[in-house]
Formats: sequence, C-alpha cells, structure tokens
Amino acid sequence: MSLFVEIRHAPGRFRLDVKLELGAGLTALVGPSGSGKTTVLDVVAGVVRPEHAVVRLDRDVLADTTSGVWRPPHHRQIGYVFQEPRLFPHLTVRQNLLFGRWFRRKLPGGLPPDEVIALLNLGGLLARYPKRLSGGEKQRVALGRALLAHPKLLLLDEPLASVDVGHREEILPYLDRVRADHAIPAIYVTHAWAEVSERADEVVELQNGAVAFSGSVAEAGRSAPRAW
Amino acid sequence: MTEWTPAEIGILWLSLKVACVAVIASAIPAVGVAWLLARGRFWGRSWLNVLVHLPLVVPPVVTGYALLRVFGRRGVVGAWLEQALGFQFSFRWTGAALAAAVMAFPLIVRAIRLGIESVDRHVEDAAQTLGARPAWVFATVTLPLALPGIVAGLVIGFAKALGEFGATITFVSNIPGETQTLALAIYTQLERPGGEAAALRLAWLSVAISVVALLFSELLSRSFRRQTT
Repeated sequence: MSLFVEIRHAPGRFRLDVKLELGAGLTALVGPSGSGKTTVLDVVAGVVRPEHAVVRLDRDVLADTTSGVWRPPHHRQIGYVFQEPRLFPHLTVRQNLLFGRWFRRKLPGGLPPDEVIALLNLGGLLARYPKRLSGGEKQRVALGRALLAHPKLLLLDEPLASVDVGHREEILPYLDRVRADHAIPAIYVTHAWAEVSERADEVVELQNGAVAFSGSVAEAGRSAPRAW
Repeated sequence: MTEWTPAEIGILWLSLKVACVAVIASAIPAVGVAWLLARGRFWGRSWLNVLVHLPLVVPPVVTGYALLRVFGRRGVVGAWLEQALGFQFSFRWTGAALAAAVMAFPLIVRAIRLGIESVDRHVEDAAQTLGARPAWVFATVTLPLALPGIVAGLVIGFAKALGEFGATITFVSNIPGETQTLALAIYTQLERPGGEAAALRLAWLSVAISVVALLFSELLSRSFRRQTT
C-alpha cells in the first residue's frame, strides 16, 4: 500500500501546506497542537474539503481538486477513530459495531465481527449503550466499529486523548493485536513519542502546517525524543 | 359536572380531527424545512426562515385572509383544486385543518430545528466514514437523535392547532359541525346570552386536552433521555 497526500488549505489564519508519501505499516504523525495533524486526517477521510488536495490510495484517486475529483467519505473505505469516540448514543455497542459493516455489506472481504469482538474484548459490553462505557471501552468500540467497516487504511487521531491516563495502557495492546493479526496500514496521530516509538514504521512531524521531518523511526530517534 | 352532550362530543371530535390532520400533514414538510434551516447552506435560507415564521408574527386574520385568497373557491390554487380534483378547502373542515397547519407550522419547525441542531455533527461525520451516504446518515443518526425535538414540535403544534382561532374563522368561517372547533365554539357560546356555562365547560375541556398532550410529550422525552444520555 502507498498513500500519497498533498494538501493546501488556509482556513482563517492557519495555513496547511503538506506533501506526504506513506508506505504500508504504521505511520506516526506527530507535532505540537495546532500543527495540522487532525486536518490532514480529516482531508484523507474526506470530512474536510480543502482548497487544494490530492489523495491517492495505491492507484485509487480519492481526491484531486485540480480535476474536480472529490470522493465523499462514504465511498472512501477509510476507518477513522477520532479523538473523542463519537459513538452513536442511541445504539447499543453491538449496533455501533455493526453499523459500518451493514453499509459495506456488499463489498468483498471484511473481518468477521466475532473475531473483532474477541480481539478487542468487547463480548461483555454488546448490549450496553455508550453512556454506560468507560473512556477506554468507548475507544475500543470505536476502533472495532472502524475495523468492521472494511477499511483499507486506518486513521487514529490521538485515540488515547479521551482516556484516563491510568487506562491508556489498556488500549495499546489491543491496537498491537489488531495490527499483528490484520495488516491494515494506519496513521497514528499523537503527542506522546512513547506511544509510537516502538510501534511506528515511519514518522512524520508537522510544525505550523508544514512537514518538519519525515523518515524512519530510527532516524527520528536520533533527533527525538522531543516534547510535542 | 353533568355528562357531555352530543353537540359537545361533536365539537371535541371535530377539533381533534382538525388538529391531528394538521399535525400529521405538517410533520414531514416540517422535518424537511427544519433540516434545511439547521444544516442547509444555500442562497435564500434567511428568506425561507422569514417565510416559515410569518404566520407567527402577522395577525392571524391576515393569514386567514391570505389563505382565502389562495385556497378559497376563487383563489388561484383553490379554484384549480376544485375544478381538477373536486376538492374544496373553503368552509370545510379540511380548510380548518389547513389553517391550523399553517399557524402551527412555525412552532413545529422551530422545535424540530433545535432538535436537529443539537445533534453532534461529528457523530454524523463518523457515520459517513463508516459508509453511510448522507440520506442514510439522516435516517439512522440525525433523525433518531433529533426525535425528542420532533416529538416536542409535534405536541406543541397539536396544542396550537387545537386552539387556532383567527385564521380559521377568517378562512372557513364558524360553521357548526363542519368548521366549528373548540375555540370557535367557546367564542360562539360567549357571544350568546346565557351561554357562559357552556363556554366554561368547553374551556375546561380544551385545558384538559392540552395538559394531557404536554404530559405525554414530557413522558416521551424523558424515556428518550434515559436511554441516550
């Protein structure tokens, strides 16, 4: 898999001007708050439409604003785990998990729900409504929901930000298990170098809306650890 | 209190029929307009907003007169309806329902719009990334989450339709058994020497219906809240 992203976007005072080429595996997207990390994910997922964007997933052109191509999010097959879980409050955990799977039921492949439920240890939560879940449980459901919607690429936007510090370690092992069992490429946005230093294959650092560093973890390690 | 007379039951039945038809017929257009006002980005949105709210601010008599000009037997739409379909609004209970619907519409739209605006757009975005096209996002996420607002809108609309007076009497007059709803019947009794006791009975009846409607809506919205928040 390869992902090519080119974005020029200036909403208000902030300017984002990036060009990225990412391979398979886990890419850590790091940088200080307000450097444009979430906007990059939003454009890749298609929920934010910038002035200029080219997004290519392998040979699939998801967006090319110069030729007027803009595929809407529901036709992109990109799993997005947001900073806040954004679960559907009126649906049970089971219904949340199966939501995307139902809309993509005609597509080939896809993970079996039982496997994802076991993998993320959600078996005991299926009948609950999101309001009765802890922060960590919510993010596990959000991850499972994204995985079951046939993603070709996973976007993880600080998935631990809304989880209590003490419970963060409960999520990362699940993420590792998902990545070990299913080779789904992922972009992981974070402030915390420790979350990704041993997991990421590549690192991209944004500063003020521009790419400040792009390379392997080993190379990044020489200049890191930095505080974002 | 003595038993209800057949005339009173007739008035009650007609009023419920007019108000129910008015609210049911308004429901889908109201959801559509509320969605356009809450989420739409198009030229003329402010004008649509003004148009919808007009019956709330102009004198009801003016609204009734406008309905008469448009939907009356010699009105643009009214004449066509009668010729083409043999359907008539003026001086019929259907006209009373139309007047009630037009008068209740702004209140229904307002409540539903608030309900839709309270739905987190981020959750709608999430639904779209999971493969739901916008129409499905609306049906499976926006609509169920806006349901308390929709129910509130329909109940307040029902109460408004039940009590509509000015536009109704202007448009379809005050015909016992056809267009004489509760409010009109109370007015008629008050005009009649010695009719005050009858007016009071009907007044109590209309208060009772409104209270039941409001309690019903409170009960429903509480059961929604228990589930989702």
